[in-house]
Amino acid sequence: MQAHARTAQLADTLAALTRRPWTLMEVCGGQTHAILRWGLDQLLPPGVRLIHGPGCPVCVTPAACIDLALKLARRPDVVLCSYGDMLRVPGSDPGQDLLAVRAAGGDVQLLTSPLQAIALARRHPDRRVVFLAVGFETTAPATALLARQAKALALPNLSLLVAHVRVVPAMEAILADPASEVQAFLAAGHVAAVMGTRQLEQLVERHRVPVVVSGFDPEELMAGLLEAVRQLESGEARLSNAYPQVVTSQGNRQAQALIEAVFEPADRPWRGLGVLPQGGLALRPAYRYLDAAALEPAVAAGDDSASSPCISGRILRGLALPPECPAFGGACTPQRPLGAPMVSSEGACAAYHRYRR
Amino acid sequence: MTDCIRLAHGGGGALMRDLIQQELRPLLPAQVLGRSGGGGEAAVVLHDAAVLPSAAGPLAFSCDGYVVQPLEFPGGDIGSLAVIGTANDLAMAGARPLYLSVSLILEEGLPLALLRRVVASMAAAAAEAGMEIATGDTKVVERGKADGIFISTSGIGLVEAPSAISPAAIRPGDGLLLSGDLGRHGMAILAARHGLELQPPVLSDCAPLWPLVAALFAAGVQPHCLRDLTRGGLAAALQELADDSGCDLVLEEARIPEAPAVSRCCDLLGFDPLHLANEGRCVLVVPPEQVESALAVLAGTGGAVVGVVEAWAEHGAPQVRLRTGLGTERLLTPLSGELLPRIC
Repeated sequence: MQAHARTAQLADTLAALTRRPWTLMEVCGGQTHAILRWGLDQLLPPGVRLIHGPGCPVCVTPAACIDLALKLARRPDVVLCSYGDMLRVPGSDPGQDLLAVRAAGGDVQLLTSPLQAIALARRHPDRRVVFLAVGFETTAPATALLARQAKALALPNLSLLVAHVRVVPAMEAILADPASEVQAFLAAGHVAAVMGTRQLEQLVERHRVPVVVSGFDPEELMAGLLEAVRQLESGEARLSNAYPQVVTSQGNRQAQALIEAVFEPADRPWRGLGVLPQGGLALRPAYRYLDAAALEPAVAAGDDSASSPCISGRILRGLALPPECPAFGGACTPQRPLGAPMVSSEGACAAYHRYRR
Repeated sequence: MTDCIRLAHGGGGALMRDLIQQELRPLLPAQVLGRSGGGGEAAVVLHDAAVLPSAAGPLAFSCDGYVVQPLEFPGGDIGSLAVIGTANDLAMAGARPLYLSVSLILEEGLPLALLRRVVASMAAAAAEAGMEIATGDTKVVERGKADGIFISTSGIGLVEAPSAISPAAIRPGDGLLLSGDLGRHGMAILAARHGLELQPPVLSDCAPLWPLVAALFAAGVQPHCLRDLTRGGLAAALQELADDSGCDLVLEEARIPEAPAVSRCCDLLGFDPLHLANEGRCVLVVPPEQVESALAVLAGTGGAVVGVVEAWAEHGAPQVRLRTGLGTERLLTPLSGELLPRIC
């Protein structure tokens, strides 16, 4: 049977066993994107509602962190490098992003792998290369590897601006919010592939909410949704792995060891969600000399959505859908984004703008 | 935002369109940039080539600049691209490509052997496209002031289209056809840029489109519009056609011809073949009664009927909608900036 036919069959099964309305949240931006790309919500019975979580690391990087990156990138003695999506994220001034700094003469470079920063540092011995490190536990191991190699090579001119975040504390924060309507989660398959499922099991125990680890193609997502609705309808709440071809309960031990060696959990502000306890990763003391934050006096933490109609904070918490924002598609477009979810290709606003208006 | 040009302005998407429409056009006399595709009021619609009156019949005139990196890539180089790209713009106006001008801007330090290969490739491409390189110019700039070679070409062709070919001629009910699979050129460039050693390599689809257009005319097909798919791929081309025709375009995703190697790489890299550049593919908008004849002409090229033109639903701007293989529907939108390297 073709994948599309199997997906349709899963959707039929889901519709047949649905008795009550349910609200499900997919955590990962890649899943949000795939759901809209394939119109999977159009295959769900009325009453089964998908809301979109904060699982786009670009979207939740606080404006103060971007402001610091912009400030560093403007310095003639700095080469600032990061992943492509980060280059278009505005800081607290909506007109300023790293691409604008580059157009104005700053040296901003796009990397596809953090280890490329080593070659960059060697090519520019007279300047400081700053890697803006973003992402969940999926990209943190690669940053950790960069930190280890930089240390082993005693590279004198490489710094890290660390904005890594941890996914489970964000799920905790959403469940702790009294306004939240989330009744079950689709958990991100890629994070679980690295971290395993233990932290998610603990989350299920604490909150009695179904969590289904799911993949990213239409069939995998529909299988995840079906399992979540099945649990809700039968009053169960457990961790279920609907992505077993990639995710094991232990996860990737080597990657975990790398994260553990270089980073420690730390409280961290998330754009739209505020400070999340243990919500980020910070360099351990042995690696703190790499911290780029020490290169500039602290930037005052601006209000992330000051005097803007943007409701990205509510969107990132799953309290509103992008089309409910008064700025969506008018004052806020991918060309002129007001909030980070419109910038990143994995942001919920960008996904709605791209696939549905 | 800022008062300077950003790289994303060159991406062929919405930003470039805004730059041309809002900044450049108002500075130029009304008739300039407005001679495209047909006459009268419809003439303000931009198309791939301008159509000029002449005693010999209408002439198509077009120009394009080429700044691709790398200069040589699997399936072509900047020289073949500079000839074929301009020849194809003429073909999209229904014109037989005839004469070409070539302006070379060379960077100090460029290896002569590379220049020889590129110019020999231009000559071969011109022969393939049936064009004569009639005039040229060469400039050299200091190291660092160009990127190896920049090439600018202009082309003149004789319009043989039986009726005006323009977005303004598009009507609800017209069939949408594609001349072949998508994304080979964009993927060839991406692979070369990022050192992806694809086995077998994905070759650029860079090829002249006039033979196909001439075959359509010979078969009695009178296309309402033709548009070659360059930067921004199918998504960008169709959004332009929707905006300029004031019609909605509706595609069936399952009917869009796929190059399996391109699709696999796209999955890996997070791209969509519908956004990747092509240099030898076009979309054809054909009146409904001629769709079968057009399809017969496309039989040998891997082309297909991929959708239909519908009356504008009049909510917001004209849309390009795509029905997925799951029976759901979504918008097909152009990329809004571009982080990809220069591809043409």
